[in-house]
Amino acid sequence: MNNKLRRMLDSYNLSSFIASFSAIIIGLLFGLIVLIFTNPGQAFAGFRTILSGGFSGGSRGFGNIFYIATPLIMTGLSVGFAFKTGLFNIGASGQLIVGAYVSVVIGVYCTGLGQFQWVLAILGGMAAGALWASITGLLKAYLNVHEVITSIMMNYIGMHLVNSLVVQTVFDSLRNQSSNVAKTAYIPTMGLDKLFRGSSLNAGFFIAVFFVLVIYIILKKTVFGYELIACGHNPDASKYAGINAKRNIVLSMTIAGGLAGIAGSLIFLANTGKHIEVLDVLAAEGFTGIPVALLGLSNPLGILLSAIFIGYITLGGFYMQLYDFVPEIIDIIIASIIYFSAFALIVKKLLAFFKLRMNSRGKQRSEEKPTTVKEE
Amino acid sequence: MSSIFFLIQQTMFFSIPLLVVALGGMFSERSGIVNIALEGIMIMGAFASIFVINGLQDFIQGQGLLLIAILVALASGMVFSLLHAYASVNMRANQVISGTALNMFAPAFATFIARTVQGVKEIGFTNTFRIESVPMLGKIPLLGPMFFQNTYITTFIGIIILVAAWFTLFKTRFGLRLRSCGENPQAADSVGINVSKIRYAGVLISGALAGLGGLIFVVPTSTSFNATVSGYGFLALAVLIFGQWNPKRIFLSAFFFGLMKTISATYSGIPFLQDLSISKDIYKMIPYIATLIVLAISSRNSQAPKAVGVPYDKGTR
Repeated sequence: MNNKLRRMLDSYNLSSFIASFSAIIIGLLFGLIVLIFTNPGQAFAGFRTILSGGFSGGSRGFGNIFYIATPLIMTGLSVGFAFKTGLFNIGASGQLIVGAYVSVVIGVYCTGLGQFQWVLAILGGMAAGALWASITGLLKAYLNVHEVITSIMMNYIGMHLVNSLVVQTVFDSLRNQSSNVAKTAYIPTMGLDKLFRGSSLNAGFFIAVFFVLVIYIILKKTVFGYELIACGHNPDASKYAGINAKRNIVLSMTIAGGLAGIAGSLIFLANTGKHIEVLDVLAAEGFTGIPVALLGLSNPLGILLSAIFIGYITLGGFYMQLYDFVPEIIDIIIASIIYFSAFALIVKKLLAFFKLRMNSRGKQRSEEKPTTVKEE
Repeated sequence: MSSIFFLIQQTMFFSIPLLVVALGGMFSERSGIVNIALEGIMIMGAFASIFVINGLQDFIQGQGLLLIAILVALASGMVFSLLHAYASVNMRANQVISGTALNMFAPAFATFIARTVQGVKEIGFTNTFRIESVPMLGKIPLLGPMFFQNTYITTFIGIIILVAAWFTLFKTRFGLRLRSCGENPQAADSVGINVSKIRYAGVLISGALAGLGGLIFVVPTSTSFNATVSGYGFLALAVLIFGQWNPKRIFLSAFFFGLMKTISATYSGIPFLQDLSISKDIYKMIPYIATLIVLAISSRNSQAPKAVGVPYDKGTR
């Protein structure tokens, strides 16, 4: 029993999971404190709504959890994949909107393709996002420009560029947004709208899950993925081992951009009345990818779970407006969860300390691994 | 001629906040802590101080109120940055993650409080702070209209901060210690410098200055605060990198970016630029594209502090 417990604590994944989980708990408690301070009378009712999240809406709410989670899975994968190579892709927002634009253009104009139109639109979105992010990768690899700054600048450039292009090419001037895409460009619902009646769920969720698997296989089962992770852990050592670090930086950013681009396609081809609005506002889904990736520990399966979790409490925030609460409380909670998840190192140290004590009690000091854990 | 004066006055409005925030970032990074939370701290500082202006403006106007707001901005930025200092120094957290959390927290918090208290996100204020013409100095030909007319005391405070920052960094014992903690904290520790204390000081100074930067960005350019400083904290980071972590160069690069931003914001008021008939979105892109180009040129020989971003661990060499 003792032995088994120790082996479990040894596992990097478990201690990371505990770290993430405790960050979530502390973040939620912090949210509760804010609620109590701002509106003591309704605080607990409101908090219960957050916790029951999507379930408060019946089958409609249940389907909408996955609908909200779909683009978050993609942007989470985008940020997480770049993290694995040691890159911080804060530019998912720009990649997303550029991908969305290309998808919408294909969705409006390429009507001759029939049933394949939405497939082409998604592929176009992917390519545009990839191309956009590759600029960041190239600047990082060959000119040593920090990717955080580049991708932030590319966010703003992408937003203004898309605004300008939407007005020139696919503009619905009455509503100040992009025009409707053709019916064949909508992602099929595959009966999901009937299964979760009233929800906006569509096959985009399956596409996102498909990419979770693809990224999982790339990272865990291919030489390429191994090289990427090696570059992330120790660029100098991997260079010494003959890995082309520069090429990997560019490829990693490009793939991350492609994933974010698909997120854009999935949002705007979903037949839920969403259009690219010509406003000077960055796409929020791109930034939400960061907490999704951090909570999911950059592991594709973890990202799937954390995206669903974020979708869940976002919907809770939506229902909370019934209690006169401002939905931004959810953003506060997510931000504090991220803040506390940055403390992961301390939680893991505590776990390691716990393990050491058990070790000395069992008088087995055979394989003491170093307890320092790498940052994401 | 008047449009040149206008251009210079506008450039001051945009450059001074960049200068102040980038100088703040310099103190943090020179001590060895990456501070990408500058954006969030600016929002916090602007939020708290504009909120105070909004509450007090019926009782007090003009420079007195602005001075109170400045103190509030400094204090709130400093308190907010404590979170970053605690995470990066005590908890040895990943500084980029902690900074990102602060950046997400600030706009959500500002929106939440504003909407809870007053129903809407915008916090309005009446601008009673503009100085039409500085006594004496405003009458100097040429220089007067450029720098001493249609201005704010915050502009001069910004310049004073620049001189003070340069002096602190290079002429005081604290500055030397700060720099040594950013370059080689182990060596600093070995001669008895308290690395944690110095790093706390670095982050707190950056917090105070970024908070102030938030206020002086909002006051001249707007009449309400909308829980955003439109990416200015990130631009300040770019200014810091282009300025190579050095006050004099930060000053020059802040003015370069201020000019770019001015062109993108006021091109319609400048006859020559309006005649070019380029789409307004292209103008809006200019500051960001200029940042990219400038960074691409200047990042090769980066003189970033050697230990920046690395949590200090006594055990490593």
